[in-house]
Amino acid sequence: MTALSMSARPEEDTSLRPVPWRRMGWVTWRQHRVTLAGVVVFLGALMVFLWLAGRQLHSAYAAAIAACHPANPLTCPNMVNAFNGTNDYLANGGILQAVPVLIGAFAGAPVLARELETGTFRYAWTQGFGRWRWALAKLVLLAVVLAAVAGVFSLLLSWYYQPYFAEGNQAVSLTELTPFFTGLFNLRGIGFAAWTLAAFAIGALAGMLIRRVVPAIAATLIVYAGLAFAVGGWLRQAYMTPVVTSGLNVPGSAWIVSQWWTKGGRFAFSGFPPGRLLERLCPAGPPVPVGPGHGQKAAGLAECLTQHGYTQWTSYQPASRFWLFQWIEGSGLLVLSVLLIAVTVWLVRRRAA
Amino acid sequence: MTALTTPAPPREDASLRPVPWQRMGWVTWRQHRVTLAGVAALLGALAVLLWIVGLHVHQAYSAAAACRPTSSAICDDMFGNFSVMDGFLANGFLLQALPALIGVFVGAPLLAREMETGTFRYAWTQGIGRLRWALAKLVLLAISVTVASGLFSLVTTWYYQPYFAASNPVPQPPLAPTLFDLRGVAFPAWTLAAFAIGALAGMLIRRVVPAIAATLAVYTGLVFAAGGFLRAHYLTPVLTSSLNVPGTAWIASQWWTVTRSGQFAWAGRPPMSVLGNITCPNSGPPNGKPTMVSIEQCVVQHGYTQWTSYQPTTRFWPFQWIEGGWLLVLSVLLIAVTVWLVRRRAA
Amino acid sequence: MNVIEASGLSKRYGSTWALRECTLAIPAGHVAALVGPNGAGKTTLLNLAVGLVAPSAGGVTVLGGRVAGSPAALDGIGFVAQDTPLYKNLSVADMLHLTRNLNRRFDQAAAEARLAELDIPLKRKAGRLSGGQQAQVALTLALARRPRLLVLDEPVAMLDPVARHDFMAMVLTAAAADGVSVVLSSHVLTELERVADYLILMSRGRVQVAGEVDDLLACHRMLTGPAAEADRYTERPVVQASRAAAQAHLLVRATADDPVPAGWEVHQVGLEELVLAYLRQPGAGALPGPARSRSSQPSEVTG
Repeated sequence: MTALSMSARPEEDTSLRPVPWRRMGWVTWRQHRVTLAGVVVFLGALMVFLWLAGRQLHSAYAAAIAACHPANPLTCPNMVNAFNGTNDYLANGGILQAVPVLIGAFAGAPVLARELETGTFRYAWTQGFGRWRWALAKLVLLAVVLAAVAGVFSLLLSWYYQPYFAEGNQAVSLTELTPFFTGLFNLRGIGFAAWTLAAFAIGALAGMLIRRVVPAIAATLIVYAGLAFAVGGWLRQAYMTPVVTSGLNVPGSAWIVSQWWTKGGRFAFSGFPPGRLLERLCPAGPPVPVGPGHGQKAAGLAECLTQHGYTQWTSYQPASRFWLFQWIEGSGLLVLSVLLIAVTVWLVRRRAA
Repeated sequence: MTALTTPAPPREDASLRPVPWQRMGWVTWRQHRVTLAGVAALLGALAVLLWIVGLHVHQAYSAAAACRPTSSAICDDMFGNFSVMDGFLANGFLLQALPALIGVFVGAPLLAREMETGTFRYAWTQGIGRLRWALAKLVLLAISVTVASGLFSLVTTWYYQPYFAASNPVPQPPLAPTLFDLRGVAFPAWTLAAFAIGALAGMLIRRVVPAIAATLAVYTGLVFAAGGFLRAHYLTPVLTSSLNVPGTAWIASQWWTVTRSGQFAWAGRPPMSVLGNITCPNSGPPNGKPTMVSIEQCVVQHGYTQWTSYQPTTRFWPFQWIEGGWLLVLSVLLIAVTVWLVRRRAA
Repeated sequence: MNVIEASGLSKRYGSTWALRECTLAIPAGHVAALVGPNGAGKTTLLNLAVGLVAPSAGGVTVLGGRVAGSPAALDGIGFVAQDTPLYKNLSVADMLHLTRNLNRRFDQAAAEARLAELDIPLKRKAGRLSGGQQAQVALTLALARRPRLLVLDEPVAMLDPVARHDFMAMVLTAAAADGVSVVLSSHVLTELERVADYLILMSRGRVQVAGEVDDLLACHRMLTGPAAEADRYTERPVVQASRAAAQAHLLVRATADDPVPAGWEVHQVGLEELVLAYLRQPGAGALPGPARSRSSQPSEVTG
């Protein structure tokens, strides 16, 4: 049999330069191109859909504005109702809330979990590149790409929802949403990209801890949901000390954190008046014209209680703080994501395979 | 090394009776107990949450409903307070995700994991045979998932009941898409359908994560199709030219015709071009803005007829049964196709 | 009875034929070794026999005429696939319970006794066992079903020599004590020499050699002689010729009765030599003729 001859060994590099970082660019792309392509296709399809729906929404809004400045008593309410009814399944954010977490879970969780589950980490972590640099490069590259794609998408999202938050909506009694409306806050501005990044980072860490893909995806969904509820329900309102006022003229666009009533300087009750008090003080006031918008409806109750010496205190976040809060939340999520990715890389480094 | 001694082989059963079905009960439980426990925990936790919040909601509602006189501002305020409670559950979005999640995480990995890890080479060469193995697993898990979600829908039906109650001045239309499939029979039916879609996707795609993604996509598409188009046509909508359509009706479409000639005028709301050319006496409440009804009355007085095609509230349960029915048929069909694929598949 | 009987069996994946026109009949009561290079079609043939795959052409029956994949066939065959798939997150005890539930016959006591002798803890998850232990567990599960035929696909590929030895010892004991026929595929020829008494050699999707080992060895001889004369040798069919400097080695189809030409030496052939020679000559073949008696002479060499 013929002898197998080996060519001479290439000259050894005595300085042992590390493998350059940019090689990981191709590695990451090649291994995750299906995922990245899937995300791009998914968001692209959503963008097409949102653009079509958004044109509808924007033209309805323009028609309503035209009909209400100056206010035509017939056409204005007609157009307003038409606008309020356009695409109402998106008006509260709805299904779009699921997009960041789906992207993060499907892109982030399998990065490490798949390697660990299938055993290919025994190949990847024994290459010359070194395991923690490999993990760091992959996670950072994917995070940056996903955040960028999500950022582009959120431009279209912000454009879509812009009519709901335009100036002067309340004057024409269009849907009055506070910019802090929980269902939409993390879909606008930089919130969408930040939450997508956070979901990715949660997914990556879950994948490293759980080491199996499907449980990691499930865990990512649960943790993200918990975080989103915690932030939307409690944390966000505390980013800055709310403004406290005792006036009844709280702007409709403000985000009311809490309301309470005092009498004679002492705390009486919070939120809605208790039934017994109502019966005693305001049994049946004169019928107040029912106006559009919740703010006016409460006028009857508030006026009645004020006449009896109660003072209403409102703690709220003014609409002008919207962008400030976006940046606070965005940077908080960025810090969290960096932290989670750092912990993930540290676990990669430390793990006894 | 010691010789391994084997006792005499047990007596052969010449009649070759098949392996009994109930063995698959233990097999299915043992292999999927983590998933099933997860589903139970999730539904349990949500049920507790719904119960706690629901007690508040029910209390607020009964306080508002007991308020007299019913048209005063005070009582309006109480109903207003009730209606803004817990916004994140009221529009039903969160709970809409449940059937999808359950179907995805129970159904998609069922066959896809066996194919992906190669354990089907063990499972399909056992004495019970692949057909009965697959059928037993699918049916058992389908039943478990349907029962669990059926119990959960009792809680959701109770929770949302004040929103549809008769004494609610602004009740929701019971057939509204966002809440229809969280109540009654529809919720377990959709969960079963998601499971069946997941199982078939798993068998076709043979890899777990892509199967999960595909199941989510297909299920979402089906939900939108049903809520947007299909459900409106389960029964022929009622057609009326009266302006007094009950507020709880689910309006399928509205259009206007010219009264005298019967010719079609326009669809939906009257356009600005028409409204700009007519003058209406202010027929609404004094000092108030004209309501939609008054606008329509005005247009009617100018020689037009409004036609409304809608589904009345009384059809809620027939629609639930219709939807539950076709989802059940679809699920059975998908499971049958899945089993047929298992049987036919050349590895 | 033939434990595996294939006629014209072919399997195609896409445009590639993994198995072409495979016709063979493996008699019962043997330990049959299925040997061949990678891509020869061994796994395909075994998958067809146990019913995991459906043929593109031809057919295969097992255990005396039972259709492959039918309940009767599944009942009588114990199969251990390549990479011994076990459910990694189930414990060994769970796997026993699982196999007991999925089959008509299961000898729990014997299985537990075997695992105890092998020092395999019942509570440990299958994914945490070593490769050798997983293979032993898979074999125990298959044997505990009391099959008539044991089919093993590259069972010892991942095992160290000691584990390999123990594994094959268990197989042989089952074959001898319980009368289980065995068909196993492998690369490791040295093990097979001690174990197998029936050989099937496959190459490029076709069966090249099939017959009892004793018969095959009895009708092959190795002739050593001058290289110059090697080309002129025509007395008996030559399977494979190799040359080294002045000497030539010819593997020929000859029995002890055939005369040896002058200047040549004759030796008996070992199984490994035989297998290697045929593997190097994919065109050569040695298939049993139509009369399948114990002392059947192989048919003439093709190609």
